[in-house]
Amino acid sequence: MSVTTSAPLLEMRDITKSFPGVRAIDGVTFDLFAGEVHALVGENGAGKSTLMKVLGGVYPYGTYDGEILIDGEARSFHRVREAEEAGIAVIFQELSIIKDLNIGENIFLGREPRRFGVINWEELYSRAQKLLDELHLALDPRTSVGQLGIGQQQLVEIAKALSQQARILVLDEPTAALTDAEAETLFRILDNLRKRGVGMIYISHKLDEVFRISDRITVLRDGRAVGTEPANAIDEVHVIARMVGREVGDIFPKADHERGEAIFEARNITVEDPNVRGKLLVRGVSFTVRRGEVLGIAGLMGAGRSDLLMAIFGAHTGPTTGEILIEGKLARIARPSDAIRHGLGFVTEDRKRFGLIIDQTILRNMTLAGLRSLSGRFVTNEHAEAATGERAMKDFSVKAGSVFTIVGTLSGGNQQKVVLAKWLLTKPRVLFLDEPTRGIDVGAKQEIYAHINNLARAGLAIVLVSSELPEVLGLSDRVLVLHEGRVTGEFQRADATAERVMACATGHTRSAA
Amino acid sequence: MIQQTDEPVIKHTPAAADAAQKKGLASLKIPTSALRAYTMVLALIVVWLLFTWATGGVFLEARNFSNLMRQTAVTGVLAVGMLMVIVSGHIDLSVGSVAGLTGGIAAMLLTWLGWGLVPSLAAAVVVGASIGLAQGTLVAYANVPAFIVTLGGLLIWRGVIKGVSRGSTIPVELRSFKFIGQGYVAPLAGIAIAIVAVAAIVLINVRRTRARSRHGLTAQSVTNTVFRIVIPSAVIIGFILALNSYAGVPIPVIILLAVSLAGAFLTQNTTFGRYLYAIGSNRDAARLSGIRVRRHILVVFCLMGALAAVSGIIYTARVGSGSPDAGVLLELDAIAACVIGGASLMGGRGTIFGACLGALFMASLDNGMSLKNIPDFTQDIVKGSILVAAVGLDMFWRRKSG
Repeated sequence: MSVTTSAPLLEMRDITKSFPGVRAIDGVTFDLFAGEVHALVGENGAGKSTLMKVLGGVYPYGTYDGEILIDGEARSFHRVREAEEAGIAVIFQELSIIKDLNIGENIFLGREPRRFGVINWEELYSRAQKLLDELHLALDPRTSVGQLGIGQQQLVEIAKALSQQARILVLDEPTAALTDAEAETLFRILDNLRKRGVGMIYISHKLDEVFRISDRITVLRDGRAVGTEPANAIDEVHVIARMVGREVGDIFPKADHERGEAIFEARNITVEDPNVRGKLLVRGVSFTVRRGEVLGIAGLMGAGRSDLLMAIFGAHTGPTTGEILIEGKLARIARPSDAIRHGLGFVTEDRKRFGLIIDQTILRNMTLAGLRSLSGRFVTNEHAEAATGERAMKDFSVKAGSVFTIVGTLSGGNQQKVVLAKWLLTKPRVLFLDEPTRGIDVGAKQEIYAHINNLARAGLAIVLVSSELPEVLGLSDRVLVLHEGRVTGEFQRADATAERVMACATGHTRSAA
Repeated sequence: MIQQTDEPVIKHTPAAADAAQKKGLASLKIPTSALRAYTMVLALIVVWLLFTWATGGVFLEARNFSNLMRQTAVTGVLAVGMLMVIVSGHIDLSVGSVAGLTGGIAAMLLTWLGWGLVPSLAAAVVVGASIGLAQGTLVAYANVPAFIVTLGGLLIWRGVIKGVSRGSTIPVELRSFKFIGQGYVAPLAGIAIAIVAVAAIVLINVRRTRARSRHGLTAQSVTNTVFRIVIPSAVIIGFILALNSYAGVPIPVIILLAVSLAGAFLTQNTTFGRYLYAIGSNRDAARLSGIRVRRHILVVFCLMGALAAVSGIIYTARVGSGSPDAGVLLELDAIAACVIGGASLMGGRGTIFGACLGALFMASLDNGMSLKNIPDFTQDIVKGSILVAAVGLDMFWRRKSG
């Protein structure tokens, strides 16, 4: 914490990384001292993960511009292994441990201590035990990792990083899957590591944690660093302002929707993680939507937005409780077919996994959900279907040779239009949109925005989930904010500013406006 | 003849259709699935010519052709069921044993218990469907992998037939039963079938054209329509005449035609079939589109069981007796037929038409090599190699065409 006089442990100078069509990070300079926790914050897609992948050698030297210096010496990593050997350990959100192996095997995977070419198990376990003791973890290194909770698995990853003599430790949303008590343990361990001179880069959406643990804070926005400050020199309000500091452009057709009577109500929806017993992904969320209204749901990654929608649609694999009312009547939705029958439609977040049959035609995809009403209860009528499909293709201006084009050959924007058409062909009364513009170009985005507005005007109730704050603010009549599975704020269009919404999304509660 | 409805109804944008008409056949845009069917027909013709040459013409003589078709029926009926199982993303290894067990049950009921023909056959089919129901329940609702469930079934049902038959063959003397495996339709009836089939093909095409204009879709080119009518009609007439030149169309062939027509209709023209392909391609997306995935898988296994029984009955009737090792390794022929016919074991891809062609291909190999007195072990090696080579080539082409 006090090592400001010496040269930085790590310097990243003027790093730029581009993907086809996008500049993910743009001239970012970032440094880290030994014994320091340097937090990296920003909205989803601001470039945090990309920057860390550059550091960790995931994107090899030569695929980015700029310099990486360790102890003042320029380094070029061509693969992850080289970054590891230089003392960099990145613990990504998706853990990289193997559940079928035990703790010791995981820690030394690929670097097992050997004697005469044979694994020296005694040495492996005694060294693993020493690492666990250092972390004050009362665990036997022979315990299978699959038996541990997510929190302890994360600590095993940290032990693994320590075994590699890591001097630079990157933690990407380390507390996302942890309980409060587990998070406390983690912070204690990070404090210990700080004393031992390890430099840590801490990525988190939870600003209270960031302020609690870090010495300096750097905010990234749209791929640029927009300021680095000592944590005790700024407050959350400043950080939030920097995170969102961007004008909401007028790519959103301002349209005030005529709101009708409430058509959909969710009461006290609670969802438990199917893999971690007792961990709640959604905690008692209730809301209503009116005819012709766009309800935006904002929140950061892991806030439970997608879980909420999946649960409402009867598609969540975790145990779910709560009630759904449609036009005031209780609706029992046990599976997606029930939801569709009750007039719900759901454009899912993961297009390739949940939205499309990627190797089938546009037509087959468009008619899949509403097949029985479009084509025939049992015997299909291909001609009627084709006619419907061609009309929908025109309505949504899907750019493709014909309705018989395979959906996988289309651009992301056109694929998304096919998904949207699929759901509208079921004639829904309430349409749920989960990240409807993820990974599509600006032109297609605007088309989708126009569709959303038109649908609302036509009386459809729309629930819009998006990580892009401007999108939520630009389209919604009302905004609901989730944080850690709870509703932390609700705003009418006029009151919904980026700062207020972001404050709620990072954990500040605000009563309904 | 099986109407291949896999290819899309409209293949051309108006511009493409015009171009196609101008340049004639050469520029017809052929979908990959159809291209694959043509390749298979070509491969079949090559194999037939090879055997005809090698056997000095015996292979394509009326008597042997009739025999070949009868052999195809047993595998073909299984392949129809197997195709649906494979399209939905699963596999059924138990069908050979189930066919053996159900055929044996029919024989026992007829010979030992003196049941009548209809109740015996009905009982066999019910047993087959029940076995499918049990295995399907385990696969769909208990999430036990189909490979394991049906591998167990392969052993269990073989064990059951060995047990109940006490290891002995059960001869059946009932003539009406044997007729199912050995009988023929009178040549005149065969001609009648051909006429009805040709009329149906013409009718289907006329209705297609009308429906297209009613829904405001682009009209199909004239060459295309003519080919859609002429080629299948010619094949059907030639096929019937060839069989008539011996003794008429064998009953097993009639059964296979009926089963495969029903299967083709089910997979191509019903919501059920559409859902199977969706489930096999992307189970999650299918579920989120409101498809009852488990229920469909259960039904598919049930159908497979019933068809295994039909196949077992044909086999038993052809041989004239039930035996504890009837149908051994039939499951592999059925799977090979589907795969050679273009089905993907990953699910979501394959046609009934392809599976039937595959069954005919496998039966042709069996028949031709037996005619040449090629030893058993060589036959196995050849069949195995051709299966692997066919799929290997297919993967190679698929990668090349992207």
